[in-house]
Amino acid sequence: MTKRFSVSQLVLLVVASVLAVIWIAPIAWAVATSLKPEDETTKLPLEWFGSTVTLDAYELVLGTGGIITWAVNSTVTAVIVTFLTVLFSAMAAYGFARTQFKGQRALLGLILAGIMVPPQVLIAPLFAEMVALGLVDTWWAIILPQVAAPLIVFILYKFFQDVPPELEQAAFVDGAGRWRVFFTIVLPLSRPVLAAVSIFTFITTWNNFLWPFLVSTDPNTMTLPVGLANVVQGTFGLRYAQIMASVVLAGLPLMVVFVLFQRQIVRGVAHTGLGGQ
Amino acid sequence: MTTTVAAPATTAPAAKAQVKRSWTQHGLLFVAPFLLVYVAFLVWPTLLGLRMSFTDVNIAGSNDRFVGFSNYAEAFGDPRMWRSLWNTLVFTVLSTVPLVLLGLGLALLVHNLRFVQWLWRLSFFGPFLLPSAVVSILWLQMIYPPEYGLLNGTLGTDVLWLGDPGTAMWSVVLTTVWWTVGFNFLLYLAALQSIPQHLYEAAAIDGASAWDKLRSITLPMLGRTTALIVVLQLLASLKVFDQIYLMTGGGPEDATRPIIEYAYDVGFTGYRIGYASAVSYILFVLIVIVSLAQLRLFRKRAEVSS
Repeated sequence: MTKRFSVSQLVLLVVASVLAVIWIAPIAWAVATSLKPEDETTKLPLEWFGSTVTLDAYELVLGTGGIITWAVNSTVTAVIVTFLTVLFSAMAAYGFARTQFKGQRALLGLILAGIMVPPQVLIAPLFAEMVALGLVDTWWAIILPQVAAPLIVFILYKFFQDVPPELEQAAFVDGAGRWRVFFTIVLPLSRPVLAAVSIFTFITTWNNFLWPFLVSTDPNTMTLPVGLANVVQGTFGLRYAQIMASVVLAGLPLMVVFVLFQRQIVRGVAHTGLGGQ
Repeated sequence: MTTTVAAPATTAPAAKAQVKRSWTQHGLLFVAPFLLVYVAFLVWPTLLGLRMSFTDVNIAGSNDRFVGFSNYAEAFGDPRMWRSLWNTLVFTVLSTVPLVLLGLGLALLVHNLRFVQWLWRLSFFGPFLLPSAVVSILWLQMIYPPEYGLLNGTLGTDVLWLGDPGTAMWSVVLTTVWWTVGFNFLLYLAALQSIPQHLYEAAAIDGASAWDKLRSITLPMLGRTTALIVVLQLLASLKVFDQIYLMTGGGPEDATRPIIEYAYDVGFTGYRIGYASAVSYILFVLIVIVSLAQLRLFRKRAEVSS
């Protein structure tokens, strides 16, 4: 590739810049609105900056407390879902890739078939099941169905199939047991793919709406997206600066994480999104 | 264990057997934890939903008696079911086309730019990291309102956006494209980076123009990725619920209500869980058909890569 600054590079740069500005504008508008005094948020003609820059809206939103509770719920549930999903899926994938037992092929088939089942069509029976188990309005109702993610098993299964077995073989000869081999050799070796599926799982869980929305009626168990949708629109009325401050606060965590870990996140999302490529 | 030092010849077969046993041990124990959760919260509800779709069960769990195919018969004669199924298909087509093409366009653009890659990736992928509730509240409250919204204010137009049955679906699609195109953009970017550089070098020696390279190297090399992205996008779009429910509630005049929202409505506000299951399973059939293509593509990629 030539390194000189060509006309075509300039054209691409201009096009990309224009598109980037369009893409950032809605988020910038949310931030701008959140920093205006409340009585200037719908002033016409539209202006990006109010008469002063104020953090009043943030103070009010954080002062009412709801958003902090929801952020804690979101973080805890997303961390638990990610941990359990990756641990259980890695164990299952390893079991399918490396061991032999009766009914193995049938079980693997059952799990692959599950990739075709969208959780969204299961809302009615799953809700009935949660009612029967008495789990509505608990974290477990939010967590457990999201751990049943057959796609992650499939991706890790493919990964383990491609790992040469010699290292494990050597460990067995040295007398290490199955479980020690799995936890001290296989898992550390798989760190990149585990990071990829962890990132993917965390993002989808953190952002999930429909299921947590159905199983939380108590504002104290709601996740960030559900709390925001349920309560903000109802109670804040037309206080746009506060609504936008909530929106910014709810959107901020993943954005910050993305800026910090961009390379890993890009790889994690692309790898998992493409089914393990 | 007294002869460990003396007799490698006699312990070798034992060690071999031990290694072989190690390979086959504990298989079911490795699979068990996932399998338990999977059966309890995916397989079981799938079967339960099928059973429910043949009953009149309500949200309280009572009235659980078999009614045969009457839920399905009712669904196929229900104009609101057809309307929501139609809306879902319209949304799927209207969103998939720009999401795939724009995703490809943005990826080609950024891939060929040599400056501040991170900034482009943050701009185009950033919105994908926002929860649906954040996106919906932002667009509903500050972008689309006809009087003080950013869109009419910037364009100098007077469009009702979400409020007009003629534009509501397009507005939902616009928000969805802004929100999720970054995902396809990233998948395409990853695929572009994996095209072997020597292909381009060989073409350059032959005097190929940039357009030639795009047409005869880049696009053909992206074929498999494109097939996968289209299938993934169809699946994602068929399952649309969040942003429509939160921005329009399905209106105006049912113009945007997708089928999952209709199932939610009859099940959770109309309390008819049996009927809701039947409506869900109509969509389920559609999704399974598209998913079969997805599984085939995943398998093919696995074979190609190994």
